[in-house]
Amino acid sequence: MEDQITRLTSRLVVPFIQVYGIYIILHGHLSPGGGFSGGAIFGASLVLMALAFNLSAGVKQISHQSASLMESGGALGYALVGLIALLWGGNYLANRAASFPLGRAGELFSGGAIPVITVFVGMKVASTMVTLFYNLIEGEAKVGDPEKPGA
Amino acid sequence: MTEALNVMLLLFLIVCAVCVARIRDMLSAVILFASFGLIMAIIWQQLSAPDVAMVEAAIGTGVTTLLLVAAISKTRRTE
Repeated sequence: MEDQITRLTSRLVVPFIQVYGIYIILHGHLSPGGGFSGGAIFGASLVLMALAFNLSAGVKQISHQSASLMESGGALGYALVGLIALLWGGNYLANRAASFPLGRAGELFSGGAIPVITVFVGMKVASTMVTLFYNLIEGEAKVGDPEKPGA
Repeated sequence: MTEALNVMLLLFLIVCAVCVARIRDMLSAVILFASFGLIMAIIWQQLSAPDVAMVEAAIGTGVTTLLLVAAISKTRRTE
């Protein structure tokens, strides 16, 4: 796929898509959107990069193995935030009862644990998009080999 | 004004859906499905569900199309 128009357009557009995705993730507790929407947009930008150039350019951005690691890390971070709430004396994933600092409503740094959770969800969704695409394009779906997800 | 826009969008949505089901060329079907997703995103926005519209535009139009095109490049193009 050696198309000049596709390459130039995606090179111009990809930074804006990524900034928009990060904006939606970070404002997940204030405005429409959140971890899933922003993560989907961010992951789509990475997939677009790999599709418009070639697979090695995409792998240079984020490799298959690090995408798999980020995918697991997102789920792990989500669980850890819940466990921190448990440690600080609330229920699992409790917010105010576990005395997370809430801040003033409507500001960017407010909402206690919600922005942190949103960031982890966005990480997980974005890397899931990339992992799906790599699995399909490389054509070696590792069914029944969970030990080496990115080998 | 908004009703006229909604009716036009819904008509286009139905036309897209019927064409996706009836067309024989897989690549054309995928492109039509992407336009279906785009119209659907605008309709979600009209129904005041902006976050669903965002997800539909990113996944229904973007990632699904990419994955289906990748699947076509691995298999046959005609039905």
